[in-house]
Amino acid sequence: MAREKTDMAGSSSAKSAAPPQPLTMMSLVAPALGWLIPGAGHLLQKRWGRGLLLMLSVVAMFVLGVLMEGKVYAFNTGDILDILGFVGDLGAGGLYIVARARDIGPGAINLATADYGTKYIIVAGLLNIISAVDAYDIAMGKKK
Amino acid sequence: MTTQALQLSHFSAALIFAFFASIVFGITQRNEQREMIKYGAKCFVFFVVGTIAAGWAMWILRH
Repeated sequence: MAREKTDMAGSSSAKSAAPPQPLTMMSLVAPALGWLIPGAGHLLQKRWGRGLLLMLSVVAMFVLGVLMEGKVYAFNTGDILDILGFVGDLGAGGLYIVARARDIGPGAINLATADYGTKYIIVAGLLNIISAVDAYDIAMGKKK
Repeated sequence: MTTQALQLSHFSAALIFAFFASIVFGITQRNEQREMIKYGAKCFVFFVVGTIAAGWAMWILRH
């Protein structure tokens, strides 16, 4: 517990070490581009390794989810879980837009793996949002 | 033309999930490269051990 507190304090002090910068064009473009194309927010800021790994992870999870015949949620006002599914999927940005435009991901209720696929697609979107926020932190100087 | 859906076992699906999620967690939650690798590896172990523990817990509840 004490060690955890030290870890947390250590990471927060490391994060706050650099003074935050005022809002710049990069701090607006990087997260937006990172959302649209997974990892692109990092690539734009010359974090090549991180950007490529983030892109690989998010795209791989989304594609695997689609290959497992997971469901890609459309906008809906029905069940709360369906609404949350849509919000999660939307996080995948360009991948979600392409999937919806090509009518990919109707979901197969007769396959157990399709349910895994649905979760993969949602989590890919959520991880992409985390990546976009990270790109913003880098642009703002909160992170190296 | 019909395409065959990718069929993964629950465990392999959990392993792949843990692998990619840990990469993103490692990169986004830490500042230094060494810390990123350590945190990513820790997340991966927690995901996998958590999955196995949850599986055994469900087996115990079932029996």
